[in-house]
Amino acid sequence: MKYFKLLLSFVATLGLIYILNSKMGVAPAFGKFLNPFMGFWQNAENVTGWKDEEANLAGLKEEVKVFFDERLVPHVFAKNDEDLYYMQGYITAKYRLWQMEIQTANAAGRISEIVGEKALDVDRMQRRIGMGYGAEAAQEYISKDSASKKLIDAYCKGVNAYISTLAPKNYPIEYKLLDYKPEEWTPIKVALLLKNMANMLSVFEFDIENSNFVAKYGNEEFRKLYPDYIKDEDPIVPIGTKFEVRSEKLKGSTTSDIGHRTSDLYSTVIQKPDEITGSNNWAVSGSKTKSGKPILCNDPHLKLSLPSIWYEMHLVSPNMNVYGATLPGSPAVIIGFNDSISWGVTNGGRDVRDWYTIKFKDAARNEYEYNGQWVKAEKKIEKYFVRGKGEVDDTVIYTKLGIVVFDENFGRVDSKKNLAMRWTAHLPSNEFKTFYQFNRGKNYEDYINALKTYQCPAQNFVFASRSGDIAIKEQGLFPIRDKASEQGKYLSDGTTDKDEWKTFIPSEGNPTSKNPERGFVSSANQHPTDSTYPYYYSGVGVYENYRNRRINKLLTEGKNIDADFMKKMLNDNFNLHASEAVPVLLSLLDKKNLSKEEQIMVDAIGKWDFYNNANEIAPVYFEIWWNELRALLWDEMSNPSIPMKQPSFYVTVQLLMNDSTSIFYDNISTNAQETRNELVLQSFHRVKDTLDAKSFTEVGEPEGTDEKFTNKDSKPHDWGSYKATKVEHLARLDAFSSLNVYNGGNRGIINATNNSNGPSWRMIVDEGTMKAFVVYPGGQSGNPGSKFYDNGVKPWSKGEYFEANFIANGEELGAKKLFTSTYKPK
Amino acid sequence: MKNFFISLLLTAAASCILQLFLPWWTIALAAFVVAYFVKQNSFPAFLSAFVAVFLLWVMYAYLLSTANENILATKVVELLQQLTKGSVITLYLLTGLIGGLVSGLGALTGSLASKLKS
Repeated sequence: MKYFKLLLSFVATLGLIYILNSKMGVAPAFGKFLNPFMGFWQNAENVTGWKDEEANLAGLKEEVKVFFDERLVPHVFAKNDEDLYYMQGYITAKYRLWQMEIQTANAAGRISEIVGEKALDVDRMQRRIGMGYGAEAAQEYISKDSASKKLIDAYCKGVNAYISTLAPKNYPIEYKLLDYKPEEWTPIKVALLLKNMANMLSVFEFDIENSNFVAKYGNEEFRKLYPDYIKDEDPIVPIGTKFEVRSEKLKGSTTSDIGHRTSDLYSTVIQKPDEITGSNNWAVSGSKTKSGKPILCNDPHLKLSLPSIWYEMHLVSPNMNVYGATLPGSPAVIIGFNDSISWGVTNGGRDVRDWYTIKFKDAARNEYEYNGQWVKAEKKIEKYFVRGKGEVDDTVIYTKLGIVVFDENFGRVDSKKNLAMRWTAHLPSNEFKTFYQFNRGKNYEDYINALKTYQCPAQNFVFASRSGDIAIKEQGLFPIRDKASEQGKYLSDGTTDKDEWKTFIPSEGNPTSKNPERGFVSSANQHPTDSTYPYYYSGVGVYENYRNRRINKLLTEGKNIDADFMKKMLNDNFNLHASEAVPVLLSLLDKKNLSKEEQIMVDAIGKWDFYNNANEIAPVYFEIWWNELRALLWDEMSNPSIPMKQPSFYVTVQLLMNDSTSIFYDNISTNAQETRNELVLQSFHRVKDTLDAKSFTEVGEPEGTDEKFTNKDSKPHDWGSYKATKVEHLARLDAFSSLNVYNGGNRGIINATNNSNGPSWRMIVDEGTMKAFVVYPGGQSGNPGSKFYDNGVKPWSKGEYFEANFIANGEELGAKKLFTSTYKPK
Repeated sequence: MKNFFISLLLTAAASCILQLFLPWWTIALAAFVVAYFVKQNSFPAFLSAFVAVFLLWVMYAYLLSTANENILATKVVELLQQLTKGSVITLYLLTGLIGGLVSGLGALTGSLASKLKS
């Protein structure tokens, strides 16, 4: 009996320990997670304990001082460049390690190692589109450039120096929750991170969707709904700019076919965001500013996340003095300014991915047809070490025309077709070098030179210099495409080389505008050029046509512009799309039989000044109406097994205004033949139902409600509460996210904040006063237990800014200094 | 009664020292050894070890979290909503309970083992 009791107690003890030491499903390993010696309590950092610190680090050459200011922005002062990048790596890892690792794990298709089988398909997609393949090509190419290699190595050394100081109790909380540990940081991860950015921004490609549409509805309808150019075009390079180009370089594909047409329908595509938001940037010349010097602004719109995608830094060495937004995991400042120049980016949005149908000889898929011959396919086995399951293998086939992404093993089950993809991010490149050169750039020539080698993701780089120049250039690597066959617009034939990429537009041929007469340059993901641009690229209605016109209007009208003007402008909530759509919708709406509540809504929309301010109600009515109308109108494109792209908002408004008989007015799920007016009325009836069904979250601080409307409404709500912007934690944990952020804006508006995307970094650089103002919806620390985790969210949502402390030395910080870290060589 | 407090103090001290270097579950080891050498009946042995680590963990957690103004604890409460029901105090109790139970069971095993000699 004694022995039995002892055994029982012993087994119970071990059993309990085992249970509490294992992660079960989504729940953490409770013993590990909750014990205060190593668990999450260790991440509850002291809110007041900011003390100067000193450490000796192996690999440093000379002493480096890092001054942290009142927002925990590090000002790194190093005596040589290698030490500077080493320290950038070290400090970034100190505050953002988990984010760096999870983002690269995502890029490398390794999330299933951390969270198990549920992420396997996401991982397979990443590897099948060639993220790792592209990163390896880039890393190999970068390592041939000794300057780049040296600095990237220094950065990695710094990251690893920090990781080596970490005891398990100091791991960021996410490691404890998910129960895994950090690994060594290597140059390939820097490359992976840049590919991650490239992937996020290469979504303006609809080859398969376009082919599906043409197969179903024909060419004529396609031209109507997806025009290459539209009439209100306001391109990045001003209309009328002369393009110079040597004609022999224009040859792309050698075919004279009018596109590769297929009557087949394809059921699998890469999922794209519903309405792509985008980014704004602009620079005004001294002729329009108060100081007589340029002012530059930029706000890249991305998925809003915590920790923020950006980490703010100030990097100083004898060779440079640069400040701005860095990408945790990659050296250099990506968007920012130095003492001579400033620069910013928006997504270029040109199609940089082409899809090809591949024809294999037989089921073994060892050979594929290419120019009338059978060519041996290259097979690569991708290994996944799935947590809780073990190794899973996936064979991926590489062809001359790209990587076979979708085939019998991947994609929707009803699709057995082999589709290969070629992407500019697969080609060797060194994007880091461009930013490295920007960081120490002095003038326009440096800017243009730095851009020459930049390939992917294609960006519109805006530029301003202290010496008075402004410029913008769409830079990226673009294949030269054949206009007659509209190469790359549709799914291409992969059995020959005729649609293969052969030559690329030289950097000098990319759209550029320097010191234009109008006194400003700008971009907002619109068409880069008018139709006189000599190289062919397809527009297919994906380009923005609202933010750009609004920006250009405000900048054209602006005089004596200063930073305050820009502060307001970046938060401008004017909804140009609504201002053009509402008159059309109201003219088509049959108002005879509306209910009393609906009449109030119509009145509200009619009186609306088209500002999507947080405290207004009309934007809520319009938003729902517009979404319901789109759903009814474009129901032809909502079948997930025949993916097609919904036409742009601009095209939709034009169609409603000018076309009374489009075949798309018909609702395919009814027997009746619907008309345009019926669609407008039906969708309007849905507004009230949608509102009634939605549970509004009471937002913390409604800044005065719009009494005109809210009193009459059955529910207290306004645009800010309806939209309820979410800044989401990277592991999608609500507890670590900022929920229900109250602010205005929407897609198509300069303040392009919808419920999940928006300006991820707002920056104003005044080259006259040498002052810069920045804000981003996050905080410097990646630790949810830090008061610097999300302290920027509220100021960001209110349209406030922080002045960047662009200091010459640590003493200048004065009372704004939180603490100083001194690092010495070991 | 004297042995109760002696084992309580010894268990707390040993658990504290071991956890500075070793995984959290070494608290069971500490409790086992203390209970093996400090004679007590099974239940008091369990209880003294339970209380020792319960208090050790709760007090240490409290110390850390107070300096943090509960910023993180509040978020973890939300994260473990189903267990904590939205209260930081529940989170402390849960923390203490886990440590206490493991330690207590370790002590129970130690106490039962020591009885084999007699």
